[in-house]
Order: sequence, then C-alpha cells, then structure tokens
Amino acid sequence: MSKPKVGFYWCASCGGCEEAVVDLNEGVLDVVEAVDIVFWPVALDFKRSDVEAMEDGEMAVCFINGAIRNSEQKEMVEILRKKSGLIVAFGSCSHMGGIPGLANLHDKESIFNRVYHTVPTIDNPDGTIPQVETSVCGTTVELPEFWDTVRTLNQVIDVDYYLPGCAPPVNLIVGAVTAILEGKLPEKGAVLAPDKALCDECDRRESKPENLCIDEFKRPYQIIIDEEECLLAQGLLCLGSATRAGCDSICVKGNMPCTGCMGPTSRVNDFGAKALSAMASVANANDEKDVKRIIGGIADPVGSFNKYSLPASYLHRKVRK
Amino acid sequence: MSEQFEPKIVAFFCNWCTYTAADLAGISRMKYAPNVRVVRLMCSGRVDPQFILAAFRDGADGVLIGGCHPGDCHYQEGNYKALRRFHLLKPVLEEMNIEDERFRLEWISASEGDKVQKVINEMVEQITKLGPLDLEPISTPETLDEMLEKEQEIAV
Repeated sequence: MSKPKVGFYWCASCGGCEEAVVDLNEGVLDVVEAVDIVFWPVALDFKRSDVEAMEDGEMAVCFINGAIRNSEQKEMVEILRKKSGLIVAFGSCSHMGGIPGLANLHDKESIFNRVYHTVPTIDNPDGTIPQVETSVCGTTVELPEFWDTVRTLNQVIDVDYYLPGCAPPVNLIVGAVTAILEGKLPEKGAVLAPDKALCDECDRRESKPENLCIDEFKRPYQIIIDEEECLLAQGLLCLGSATRAGCDSICVKGNMPCTGCMGPTSRVNDFGAKALSAMASVANANDEKDVKRIIGGIADPVGSFNKYSLPASYLHRKVRK
Repeated sequence: MSEQFEPKIVAFFCNWCTYTAADLAGISRMKYAPNVRVVRLMCSGRVDPQFILAAFRDGADGVLIGGCHPGDCHYQEGNYKALRRFHLLKPVLEEMNIEDERFRLEWISASEGDKVQKVINEMVEQITKLGPLDLEPISTPETLDEMLEKEQEIAV
C-alpha cells in the first residue's frame, strides 16, 4: 500500500517553523516511515511544476507556515489547496498573521519607502524599488506583487486545521501527524492544541495571587526576574492568562513572560483585545491619573497584545486615511 | 449621493446608572440625536474590549461606554475596570488610526438624564464632522480577488 503523501510550504515567515519539523529529531524518521514527503522546498529539491503535475487531492495533507503577503504566495497556496485533502495552517503566522502581520500598521508605500529609501544602511542612489515587471537586456523579468495588507492563511484559502505556536511545539506536531494518520481528527476548523489557558499548566501558578494587583508594569530588562514567582505578579506583561496552553510554558520556564504566540482559546475572537482586557484589569489604580501612569508603563500596546495576531483581529489593519 | 451622513453609535450603558439616566431622559422628553443604539449591560465592567472592536468592525462609527461615577458602582469596582480598559484601548485605537472622538467613556448617574442628552448630541456632532469610519472588510477565500483589485487601485 502506498504511503500518504505530505507537503510542507512556507510563505511570509522566518523559517522557525521548518526548524520545528527538524526539532522532531529522530522522530522525523518515524514520520518518513509513515508518509511520503512529496514537497518541501526548504529541504528537498521539488519545484512548483512538480506540484502542478499532481492530481487534485493527491497529497493527504499540506502544512503551510507563514502569513500571505504577496501574489506568489497566494498562487502557491491556491495550488496546494487543490492538490491536498487537508490544509493545516502551521504556526502563528499562517494561523493569525504572526510577526509579519505587524506590517499591517503600515502599507506597501510606507514599507517600500522605509526599506528602499530611508533606512540608514541603504545605498540606493537611483531610488530603485521592486517592480512587478522590469525589462532587462530585452527580456521582461517579473517579481510577485507585494500586497498592502498581510493576511492569515484562512483569509486566502480554506483551512482545515490550525497548529498554533511560534514555532509549534514538537509534541503538538507529533499529535497532529498521529491524528491525521489514524483518522482521529476533531471537527474541521479546530486548533490542534489544548483548549485552556497557559496559566492552567504553568509551574508558577501556585504563586499567582488570588487578587492580582500591579503597581507598575516592567519590562524584562528592568528587573532581576525571580525564577519561581508568577511573572505577572512581578509586574511583567505575561499574557499566559489569555493564551492557549500546549507549549509546556517553555518561555516562562526560561524566565521570560508569555507573549501569546499560541493565540486565544476557542471562546475568544480577538486575542489582542482579550489580553489587553486581562492586563488592564490587574492595574492597581482607581484614580484616572494613577490608571494612566500604570497603563502608560505598557510599552507599545498594539505590538504587545497583537504581536502575533494583528491580521486576525477585528481591526485587522490600520485604518487608511 | 446628496444624503447626509448619519453616524451609527453603539452605546454600552450600565443597568444601574447610565441606562436609568437614559430612561429618565426619555420620560422627561428630552430630545437627543437618534443615532445611538443602546446596549444595556449590568455593569460597565462587563464591557469586554472585544465588544468595542466588534462594534467598529460591524459598522459602528463611534462607541460610547456609560457607567456609574467612581465610588458609585453597584458592584463596587466594575467601573474602575472599565476605566483601566478604556485607557489601555485608547492608544491601540490611536495607533490603528481610529480618531479619539470615536471612543468615549462617561460617568452618568441615574439622575443625569441631561448628561445623556448632552454627551450623545456632542458625539453625534463630532463624528458627523469626521465622517464614516469605513473599516476595510477582511478578506475570505471567496472575496479575496475582488479585494485585491481594490487594494491595487489604492496602493499604486
């Protein structure tokens, strides 16, 4: 019997998700034993034409990481959608837009202006910017169209499942692959991770006070962080209470606050708004002046609460003027 | 299109103070702009920031929260939570280019029917000047191509 075929693809992402697959270590051998990897540009020499030559639905599943922010990525994921039975959005960027999604605080024009004209290290005397078509030595060469707005994978193609995390934890990847192979998948659209908050599985939860009150929000570099005590109780902006569990609180174990890469639980629509709500309500002030002082200590609210989720939020991008 | 822009305002009023004040304004036959859709909640502390963003997403041009004066909350400190969330959501909205006037928090006690009238009229006037908020729709696989065409026209 032939093995099920599997593909991996990346779009607007850093490569960390591919690294997560490699983090399976010897476990990857079990995966290869059970499936045929037929497309994985970062590791194996397959081309777009190889995918185009496949029958529709020939791949059992394709794992796609990265946000979608240009025409080439759109074309590729549309092809992969046709050729795969299942599409799994792999990692924060394809799930919620991820860090590339913070580009939605800008637009194509301002990004190009910064990158190709005003960034201090640029040397671009002719003021060249990427063109969709350019004539070189009598032939026309093409580049993908850069979009104004970064999108999540499910805003571009139909997505069956989501593997959250930046990058997705190895045990969740193994769980997902096993569930697919055994045909024990939950309802379509599910996030393949536990549906409870990170605080629930955090080793420091006993030290979280019943009535949490923060007098001052601090950033990690400003204090010597206690290794046992609840990070939020120490005044660090730890988003564990609003974030989905499943990562084994790896950042908190490393003495760094949770930044919310696993996204929200199923009861929440807008991760940033919910995390903001949770953090605001623990500020220990009732007077407007004190509230403003404590809340003002939270640097970069959009970037802190929507670090991974801006394109998936209600507002989704900066309003154009 | 000579029709004048009529802003839509979603107002979250707490049951004990501001909603009662709005009732009072009604019984006292005070006239105020009809642009506001009032949602009654038990407490301003129940206003989840998600409600506010969802209101903007679904077409509101402005959002108003009304709660009891500090110290008067029926649940002791719900209005303080509303105050803290308000001040944290403000800079987020500002960075997303949503004008200050579109989001407002007011303490209105049960006896201040006139304040309901004043605040709503003021807000409608300010937002009428600003014009519609017009959030860009979020694409789905079905609407993506159409949206990209529009985006192309704007971007150039």
